[in-house]
Amino acid sequence: MFMKSAYKHFEIDYPKFFKMDRLSKLAVLAAEVLLGHPNTSKENRNMAVVLSNKASSLDTDRKYQESISDAHNFYPSPAVFVYTLPNICIGEISIRHNLRSENSFFIFDTFNPGFLKDYSESLLHSDKADEVLCGWVDVDEDSYEAFLYLVSSTGNHLHNEQQLTKLYRTP
Amino acid sequence: MSELKQELKEKIIEQLNLEDVAIEEIKDTDPLFGEGLGLDSIDALELIVMLDKDYGIKLADPKQGKSIFESIETMAGYIKEHRSR
Repeated sequence: MFMKSAYKHFEIDYPKFFKMDRLSKLAVLAAEVLLGHPNTSKENRNMAVVLSNKASSLDTDRKYQESISDAHNFYPSPAVFVYTLPNICIGEISIRHNLRSENSFFIFDTFNPGFLKDYSESLLHSDKADEVLCGWVDVDEDSYEAFLYLVSSTGNHLHNEQQLTKLYRTP
Repeated sequence: MSELKQELKEKIIEQLNLEDVAIEEIKDTDPLFGEGLGLDSIDALELIVMLDKDYGIKLADPKQGKSIFESIETMAGYIKEHRSR
């Protein structure tokens, strides 16, 4: 319900949104807030995407498992199955914003600013990308959490663990 | 046949999560893929599962789907002829 309300609030016109699983919906919504609607974004941004979470795609994995748990009512849904990997949400963001650079999804127990800092800076230093969309997008049963930020060689904030932790903890 | 077409439109909207599409917007002869409803390849697989689950029709060759899923009209015609439930 929250996601649908947010979709309407941000005036997103993207029917494919309703076909996504909850993790992808959350990731796409968070990216929309940060990057804006695609028509207002810079075209062909050389932007990598590095996301992380704790629950992986478990929220959708459970839903899929339910659809194949009864041998007498065995009708696995292809539309659910395609979301049984966490990195699919990166694909959805990339399609929406026309991003074609490096991308990775990592699973951690908690938000890991040190790892994300090192990984994103390595992408920038090796010229794999001009910007890196980083963060934490987690959905599991009734809880959800999204924290995205952009890293580039220029910006208003220092890119270090303390700063990321502070931003992450700011409601 | 018209009841079946209505039923198919309702099922397609619900099962393929076509949030912004109303039943009356889908004409019987509108193409379901491409310029019509704009369904994609995953939707095609969902329709194959729907034929099996709701009408007892198993498509031996997924390529058959291209002609069966051309429109609501062609889907209803195929279901009427081959359904086992």
